[in-house]
Parts: sequence; structure tokens; C-alpha cells
Amino acid sequence: MAFEYKRLNKTTKIILTLLLIAGCIVLTYMLDKGIIGTSYTVRIVRISVIYALIGVSMNLVNGFTGVFSLGQAGFMAIGAYTVGVLTIPLASRPNVYYLVPISEKIQDLVMPFGVALIIGGIFAAIFAALIGTPVLRLKSDYLAIATLGFSEIVRAIIANNQMWPITNGSLGLKSIPTFPSLFIPVIISTVGIAFMVLLIKSSYGRAFKAIREDEVAAEAMGINLFKHKGLSFIISAFFAGVGGGLLAAHLTAIDSNQFKIMVTYELLLIIVLGGLGSVTGTVLSSFMICSGKELLRWFDLPHSIGTWKIPIFRPGLRMVIFSLLLMTVVLFWRRGLMGRKEFSWDGIYNFLRRWPWRVRRLIRGDYSKKQEEVTPNA
Amino acid sequence: MDQVTLFQNLVTGVSLGSAYALIAIGYTMVYGILRLINFAHGDIFMMAGYFTIFAVSSFGMPWYITILFVTVVTVILGVTIEKVAYRPLRESPRMSIMISAIGVSYLLVNSATYLFTGLPRAFPQLGFLQKVYHIGDVSAPIVTFITPVVTIVILFVLLYLVNFTKIGMAMRAVSKDFEAARLMGIEINKIISITFVIGCSLAAISAILYFSPRPMVFPFSGFMPGLKCFVAAVLGGIGNIPGAVIGGFIIGLAETFLVGIFPQLTGYSDAFTFVLLIVMLLFRPTGLLGEKIAEKV
Amino acid sequence: MHDNNGMKNNVLKMENTSMQFGGVLALNNLNLDVYEGEIVGLIGPNGAGKTTAFNVVTGVYPPTNGAVYLDREILVENYPQGKMKELYSGESKGKYTVAKVLTPDRITKLRVARTFQNIRLFKDLTVYENVLIAQHVKQKSNWLFASLMMNHKEEKAMREEAMRLLEILDLVDVKEKTASSLPYGQQRHIEIARALATDPKLLLLDEPAAGMNPQESDELMHFIGRIRKDFGLSILMIEHHMQVVMGICERIYVLDYGKLIAEGSPKEIQSNKKVIEAYLGVDD
Repeated sequence: MAFEYKRLNKTTKIILTLLLIAGCIVLTYMLDKGIIGTSYTVRIVRISVIYALIGVSMNLVNGFTGVFSLGQAGFMAIGAYTVGVLTIPLASRPNVYYLVPISEKIQDLVMPFGVALIIGGIFAAIFAALIGTPVLRLKSDYLAIATLGFSEIVRAIIANNQMWPITNGSLGLKSIPTFPSLFIPVIISTVGIAFMVLLIKSSYGRAFKAIREDEVAAEAMGINLFKHKGLSFIISAFFAGVGGGLLAAHLTAIDSNQFKIMVTYELLLIIVLGGLGSVTGTVLSSFMICSGKELLRWFDLPHSIGTWKIPIFRPGLRMVIFSLLLMTVVLFWRRGLMGRKEFSWDGIYNFLRRWPWRVRRLIRGDYSKKQEEVTPNA
Repeated sequence: MDQVTLFQNLVTGVSLGSAYALIAIGYTMVYGILRLINFAHGDIFMMAGYFTIFAVSSFGMPWYITILFVTVVTVILGVTIEKVAYRPLRESPRMSIMISAIGVSYLLVNSATYLFTGLPRAFPQLGFLQKVYHIGDVSAPIVTFITPVVTIVILFVLLYLVNFTKIGMAMRAVSKDFEAARLMGIEINKIISITFVIGCSLAAISAILYFSPRPMVFPFSGFMPGLKCFVAAVLGGIGNIPGAVIGGFIIGLAETFLVGIFPQLTGYSDAFTFVLLIVMLLFRPTGLLGEKIAEKV
Repeated sequence: MHDNNGMKNNVLKMENTSMQFGGVLALNNLNLDVYEGEIVGLIGPNGAGKTTAFNVVTGVYPPTNGAVYLDREILVENYPQGKMKELYSGESKGKYTVAKVLTPDRITKLRVARTFQNIRLFKDLTVYENVLIAQHVKQKSNWLFASLMMNHKEEKAMREEAMRLLEILDLVDVKEKTASSLPYGQQRHIEIARALATDPKLLLLDEPAAGMNPQESDELMHFIGRIRKDFGLSILMIEHHMQVVMGICERIYVLDYGKLIAEGSPKEIQSNKKVIEAYLGVDD
């Protein structure tokens, strides 16, 4: 007996989707009001949605356009510092800039969070446009190194002496107002991700995928490589900037060391685990990695059996486990959670249906044909 | 800049450049054969720094045994990385193997943080290497004067190896065409392993020479030198050994003199390297000594 | 030569086109014409420079010297510069002084489409997506509009056009299959379908019958004949299957070592001594 791939009808899907959205809203509300979870849980959810946005933005370039860019940390830093500089309340500024006073040009400039966030995104996008012109003409591996380099340049500039009156140099910024409600990061992230999903589904998104599959053929199909790579790169930088801004509000204190290349590597872990070229995979893995990182803190603490202190438990073990996880995914599970697929109700439905079918077949003792599934390729 | 400072900078620059050159050779050889940026190379170099600390501080080895020990351990590390992380992905898309290289780099940095803590460790005294030596008014540790000599000697040995031995010929063949080389009966895996052995032993030697005049090693101390040396390899023409040495010298000297002449730009000295990379790639993508490779459509 | 060529519109003209890679002259002073509605064959032994000619026309690289015209207007023109100035060993040196180079995507927008010798489909995408992507050429609205779905009319038109193409070319059954999962022969058809989706007037086919059995190549011949009529195409094709070339091409150009050695109707070519020599070698 062959397994038959069945599709749910449209109404069911719409109802399920609405239920899911309602569930998310209720969950966010309950977390926000402290009905479930602790402030610690809220922090994890906040960081997860922020990383989901930045992860999807990175996947847009790396997974959908096939351009190996490693500049995300730099774009995040630009967004984070813009938001930081523009939103620190006037009263706290002398305290923040206690070593070198804040530049006169910006000392009275305070903006609402939303405006600052968009400006941060735009600055990141402008920076991406500037470096994109030379960088996007490079071959993939040179591009990786160049974007990595630019990301470090951003950090060097932020921490540099001449920038003290604006960025507060190596002291970093603090007293950045945080979110009044969990809904704010959740909504901003959702809107950002939704926009990127729409972009990917549009004709431009198809052109990105064509470039990923085969640059020569894409160009022969009339797709301007430079323009489309640039588009993807700049939009990605914009959302990385916005994500950086969210991160600044989440952390309330930032300094240039928080935007080291390790951040980009962590994002790479997220998108590789989720699947290069899958938005839902990225969101899923962002939640997994961010909460996993917190849960695994246990490994960083000293533990003992009786009086014997187990020597392997000490700070840093957690990150070793994470890097081993990345290596495992890269080497043995290359498609990650989702590969290039996206979450769909049909997928879930058939996944659930397939299990009883497999069990039944097992009971019947029908091992003869391994794959006897009728699966429409969709 | 007066003459003494000029010479002082020159000595420091040449020495730094030589250390860079040794790392850059590792990059260029691996890239030449596998077409892979070995992102982990800088971190292998960093690990070699820690191995040295261990050999001297924990086991109290004399300097000559230390060098041998560090080289062997680093080579084992590098070859293992190639076998475990790069070999299984050789047939997969370029991005996978690059991600794997980044993963290794991530793993090495995190392991170093775990094993040796994130705090900087003092680099030990290695025999006579750190003794300060004077030539006229210019003074520097002996290692600063030795480094360029070591690099030049190694360069000539390598050039002989690559151009006049059977292994070298096989290496050149593999770098030109993988499949054809395999069909000619060359053991690809062996050649790749040899390349990693050479690259990693140079990284080990370079680590000793580079860290000796510097006080500290910490888990990130391989990152920037790693990136810069890749830039050096690109500058000289990737895949070209003398090119990598020239590139290393250029970066080392440029960095030293930038800081020497414009002290206010110190914070940008790392950034300068990447500007150099971009300019180079735009105007002469094949590097100073590289050959053009036409892409087949 | 056909007498009626003078009356017809000259769709493609390659004029004294040379292409030199380092010391190798891959094309030497090639002159080639395609007139409206024609199917022209480009044949020659391996390494004769046929694909190079395609790459020059489609803008993959600029020629070292010479010009290419599309509808009597200059498409590409170049002359030996820089290092090539001394190296260049082709003919017609000094005749061209303008450098006009277009990237492949712009040439595609001028309604020249091509297929590739070693199929270059978007492997992991479905057949439908492959054809739909080629419609992107016609996209008018900008990315912001497209993302916010404010161009649904245009999007709908693109999707309908892609479906129409698949229907005409009998590919509806496989439209949801990933391109790489299909048999070789079908992939060749899809590549042609994809090229057609860019709405070309000139189609360049690089060995469309490669790897096909006689029956498949027979079908392909009919297929090519049909699309020429249905889409009002002029076709230039590289092909090794003599059965296909002789059966379908109205005129044939023969290249050897980058040089044109013969030109004429299939009959003329079949009996041309130079051509036979090029393929079989010369008796001493």
C-alpha cells in the first residue's frame, strides 16, 4: 500500500493559520503580563525574536541569493549605535558620556524609538550600498573575507578616538530605554520577516533564487546580477540594522565588543541549523539556539558528585557544545531542520499521517519496498 | 620621522611581515589546492601559541624541544581538521565547505576559551629569543632579527620543494586540475595532507616568532593575523608562494609605518588592511604575481 | 547561397569578430549572418570556437576585435586594448576603434536568448519556477511595489504567460517537478522553454540534441521547427548531430580553429572538400 500525499482544504488551512496567530498573540500577552513564565523567559523570547529577524535577513543574502556575506555583525552595530545614541534620555546623557562629553550636534537630539530604529536600518543600508559597489563584484570567497573585514572596520571606527563624542568609544552606551512591552519586538520582528517573505515570493525573490542556483544562467535570463545582489544585500543590511537597534533596546547597554565576528558566526549557526534558504527554519532555529544557549548555562557552572568537583564543568563548555553542534549540522545534517522547505500545514498534516502508516506497515511486516510513497513534488 | 625611528620601524615591520608571510603561505597553499579559504588557519596559529605556553610553562621543555613539540602538535591538529571537517565536504558546494571552515574556527576559539580561559596568558621566555639586541640605536629582541631570516630560508626550501621534487610536481598538478591529477595516479588525499602539514608547521613556527616579542596570547589573538594574512595571500596572488611572502611583507610594513607615521590612526590599522584588499581586488584581482584563471561557461 | 536573403531583415550579423584568450585565437575574423525566420547551423570539430561565438554574441565576454549587430544596430563592438594590443594576432586590426560592451542580461533584454551546452537549469527549482523566473525580464514595478503585492496584475500576467508557455510546449505534466529530477532530453526542452519565456526574437541553441537518441533528436527537430513558426524566431544553433543539422538548417557555417572554412546550404556543405578535411583529416 502506498502512502498517499493528501492536501488539506483551504478553509482548514485558513482556520489553522488564524488559530496559530491567535495562539501567538495570547502567548505573547500572557508572557508580557507575567501570567506565564518569568522575566527570564521573556528575555529569552525577546532575544529569540530579535535573532529571528536578523537571521532571516542574513538568510536572504546567504540562503536565497547565494552570496556568502559575513558582515551582519557590522550592520547590527550600526543599527544598535544609532538607536542607542538617538534614544538615550537627555537626563542620562551626562552620566553616559562622562569621560568625553557628547558632541554638541547631537546632544539635544532625542527621537522616538520607532524613528530611531528606522534611521538605524537606513544607516546600515547606506553603509551596505557603499561597500556593496566594490564588494559585490568579487567572487564568493573574496566577498566573504571582504564583508568580514568591513564588519571589523565598523567596530574599529566605533571604538576609535575620534568617535568618542558620538559613540562613547570603548566605554559603550548605557541607559538605553528598553521595550515597554514584549509586543514591540515581537511585532517589529514579525513585520520585518513578513516583508522579507513577501520579497522572496515576488518576482525579485525568484530572481534571487535564480542567482543562487546558477549565476551564468540567471544573467542569460536577463537578470542583472549586480543590481539584484545589491538589492538583496542592502535590504538584508537594513533589517540587520533594525535588528541591531532592537538588540540595543533589549540589552540597554552596548559596546563595540558585542558586535565581534562571533555574533556573525552565531547567526551563521542559526541559519545553517534552520536551513539555508528557509525562513521558517531560521525562525525555528533562532528560538532553539537562543533558548538552548540559556538552558545550557548549566554546563558553565561547576558541578560536583559528592565532594568531587567534576573538572569538565566550567565557563566556556556551553560555547564548545554550540560549536560542536554547528560542525555536526554542517558535516552530517547539511540541510538543517528545514532544508529549503518552508513550514506548511500540508507538510505537518502528512508528516503526522505518515507515522501511523509506517507503523501499520511495520506491523504487517512489509519491509519489501522501502520507499513506496506517492508524493507529488510540491 | 628621524633615522632611528625609521630603522626601528623598518626592523619591526620586516619582522612582523615575515611572521605574516609564514601564515600567508599556509593560506595560499591550501587555497591553491582546495580552492578553500581555511578560515581556521588563524586559529590554528593561535592554538600553536597556547601549545608553546604549555610546553614551556607546564612541562618545562627547553626551547629547541618546544619548537619541535609545538610544530608536531599543530600539524596533528591541522591534518585532523582537514580529515574530519573538510574532506567529507570536498564534493559539496563551495559554501558548505566554507561554512565548515568557519565552524572549525568557531570551535577552536571556543575551545581555547574553555581550555585556557578567556583571560590573556603570558607568553613564556624561549631561550635566547627575547634577549634585547642593539644595532646602533636600534634595539629589538633577537627574535625580531631572526624572523626574516627564517622566513627567507623557508621560502627557498619551499620553492625547491614545489618546483623540483616529485611531491611538488604532484602539488602543482592537483592545484591545476583535481580530476586530471587523480587520473594520472596522484593520490589526492596524500597531497592535500602534505599541504596541510606544511601550512600548519609554518603556522607553528610563525606563532613562536610572532608571539615571542609580544606579551600575551588570548583566544582571539589568531583572528586578526589570520584575516590579514589571507589578505596578504590575495595581495601577492593567491596560490603563489613568493606572492604570499611579498604580500606578508607589504602588510607588515604598511601596518607598522601607518602607526609610526600617523599615530592618531592606530585604531584604523586593521581597517587599512581591508581597504588594501578591496583596492587590490578591484584593480588587479589576480594579485601581484597571480595568473588569470578564465571561467568556463 | 540563398538569393532571397537580401530581401529579408538581417537579425544577427557578426562582423570580423575575433576572440583571443592569451595566445589562443579562439575566433578569427568570423563573419556570420542570420536573417529573419532562418534556422542557421554552426558546426565544426571540437574546440573550433562555436561556443565562443555564442558567448561573444550574448555578452559573456567582449570580443577582442570586431562587431556584432542586432537588427543592423551595434550590439557589441571592441578592439584590442591594453595587453591585447601587442598580443592580438587576428585580422582586421585597426578597423574598430569603439568599445561597446553589454552585459548578458542587457543583451537578453534586447530579445536574444540562449541555451547552454551543459544544461544550466535552475536545478533545485521546479520547471514552473524556471520558466517563471525568465519572465522577470518584463518586470516593470520596483522591488518595494512587488514585495507589497501592489503589482498583482503584472504578477498574474507573468504566471499566466508561464503557464501558457508550458501548455504550448507540453510541459504542464511536469511543471511541479524539480528540474534536476527530469530526464536529460526533457531538461533540454525545458531549457528552451525557459529561453522562450524571455520573449526572444533570436534564439541561440548550443547543442540542443547532445546526448539524444535518434528518435529524440527527431522529435527535437520538429520541436525547433514548430517554435520557430509559433514564436516568430530566428535561430542560430550549434550542433554535432549531422542528421539534425542537415534536416533542419537552411544555411550552415563551418568553423575550424576559429576560422570560417565554409558556408552554404546543407547540400553544399556535405560535399565541401574543406569541411570533410576538417572533420576527417587530410590524406597525405
